[in-house]
Amino acid sequence: MQEILKLLENEAKLSTKEIAFMLSLPEEEVRRKIRELEENKTILRYLTIINWEKAGEEKVTALIEVRITPQRDIGFDAVAERIYRFPEVKSVYLMSGAYDLAVFIEGQSMKEVSNFVATRLATIEGVTRTATHFVMKTYKREGVILEDKEQERRLVISP
Amino acid sequence: MNKRKAWGERVNPVVQSIPPSGIRRFFDLATETKEVISLGVGEPDFVTPWHIREACFYSLEKGYTMYTSNQGLLSLRQAIAQELYNKFGVSYNPKDEILITAGVSEGLDLAIRALISPGDEVIVPEPAYVSYAPCITLAGGRPVALFTTMEQGFCPTADQIARLITSRTKLLILSYPNNPTGAVISKKRLQEIAEVVCDADLLVISDEIYSKLTYQGEHTCTAALKGMKERTILLNGFSKAYAMTGWRIGYAAGNPDFIGAMNKIHQYTMLCAPITAQTAALEALKNGHQSMHNMVKQFNQRRQLMVNTFREMGLPCFEPGGAFYAFPEIKGTGLSSEEFALKLLTEEKVAVVPGNVFGASGEGYVRCSYAASRKDLSTALQRIAGFVKRYGLRAKTKVIYKSLVIG
Repeated sequence: MQEILKLLENEAKLSTKEIAFMLSLPEEEVRRKIRELEENKTILRYLTIINWEKAGEEKVTALIEVRITPQRDIGFDAVAERIYRFPEVKSVYLMSGAYDLAVFIEGQSMKEVSNFVATRLATIEGVTRTATHFVMKTYKREGVILEDKEQERRLVISP
Repeated sequence: MNKRKAWGERVNPVVQSIPPSGIRRFFDLATETKEVISLGVGEPDFVTPWHIREACFYSLEKGYTMYTSNQGLLSLRQAIAQELYNKFGVSYNPKDEILITAGVSEGLDLAIRALISPGDEVIVPEPAYVSYAPCITLAGGRPVALFTTMEQGFCPTADQIARLITSRTKLLILSYPNNPTGAVISKKRLQEIAEVVCDADLLVISDEIYSKLTYQGEHTCTAALKGMKERTILLNGFSKAYAMTGWRIGYAAGNPDFIGAMNKIHQYTMLCAPITAQTAALEALKNGHQSMHNMVKQFNQRRQLMVNTFREMGLPCFEPGGAFYAFPEIKGTGLSSEEFALKLLTEEKVAVVPGNVFGASGEGYVRCSYAASRKDLSTALQRIAGFVKRYGLRAKTKVIYKSLVIG
């Protein structure tokens, strides 16, 4: 099962047949396993990594450091939920160290993102401080190098 | 006026007698074909892991740009000795029993030249890597081909070897996991062979460059078998397991007399292996386990993808237990190895290597490397399936698929 997950994590488009062949498992078993994993939400979604700049679309990404006061009844999770419910929020992590939540936000412009932070995020009860860092350039995402200059350099035939 | 001899005729007759590499001819054709997917490559499709490349930059920054001792960096030899001991329980003294070479290729040439005198016979189980026979010939020896078949798993039996031994036989070359067949040899079979070798007092060159790419069972090191350490020159290197083909680093391990003799040739020809590459090799041995393991795992998945696809096509294929090659039998198509490879290249733009390049017993097979990206592999296999369907599989041969479990 771990093997199926690892293969899919790296390449969501693999067919069940290819997975079956690569792991020498019956195709039906692979299909059943994947359905199970989808149903119990081990596999959440199949995403695509896109170089949007290449597609001619401007996107702005920011990392917001958020400090919150954990309250007796609310805790971290409740504040986090009030943040991650916004569709503008791409990822939220609870962090150790100088701040509590690392929040990644995506928007069309810096203004849009700033606006979101000022009016939506910073005003949530329990949020005591935010610090916004805009991403200037993406080199690597989800283990994928965006502009990989390493190409096939092997000879076509070698002994 | 004196009639001048043509330049070509002045070339050493022994060199003249060696036929040009069969791969070479095919190479030119494949290179000219556009958008070809190549399964003809004898090297990993991975680039050397970053930490190894990084260690090499560092060594250059520190100014490690000089000769090393002829035998190579002692620290590297020590690391190799340690690994051989840990993995196979065979102990070599890094001071005089290990020699760092420019790839296994140099090690092979040195070993053959150090051991073979004119007229000596060398038994070479075929299909075999392309360098063995020419290196033997260049040293004045006589390569004696031992034919193996798919049905016997492309491994020689002790009997087959015994039958070829004459008073001139000096050496046996073993090379498992094997290029081009992907065959691995069992410990039991190796022990039987070792007995024959010891009885006949032969020497062995064991080329174990693919040892880390073993997917079925454990690799058995020839030198670790009873009575074999002293009479074996063990060759290995970093090219395949660590994706370091272009660095040219290998090593030879053996008794001090043999290694000393090889070092004598090495010091007057190569002098020493490049220090930058030696430094990188040391990093590979020290910290490369994880990245190597990841690559091996991917090779194994692609191996199964390839073999299972051949099985689906009905193409007979011995199941390779090591290296990164499958060696399917294509006799059923009615084509020769060369015709098959040529037509596959021109009609489907997939390059494979005709089996006859690896000796006469390779006729009727082609070598397909699965050291290609999963995507390329899938596309290439689809094309091969279409090709095989078009030509049909007339003659029915037994399909050999052993341990892969599939419904």
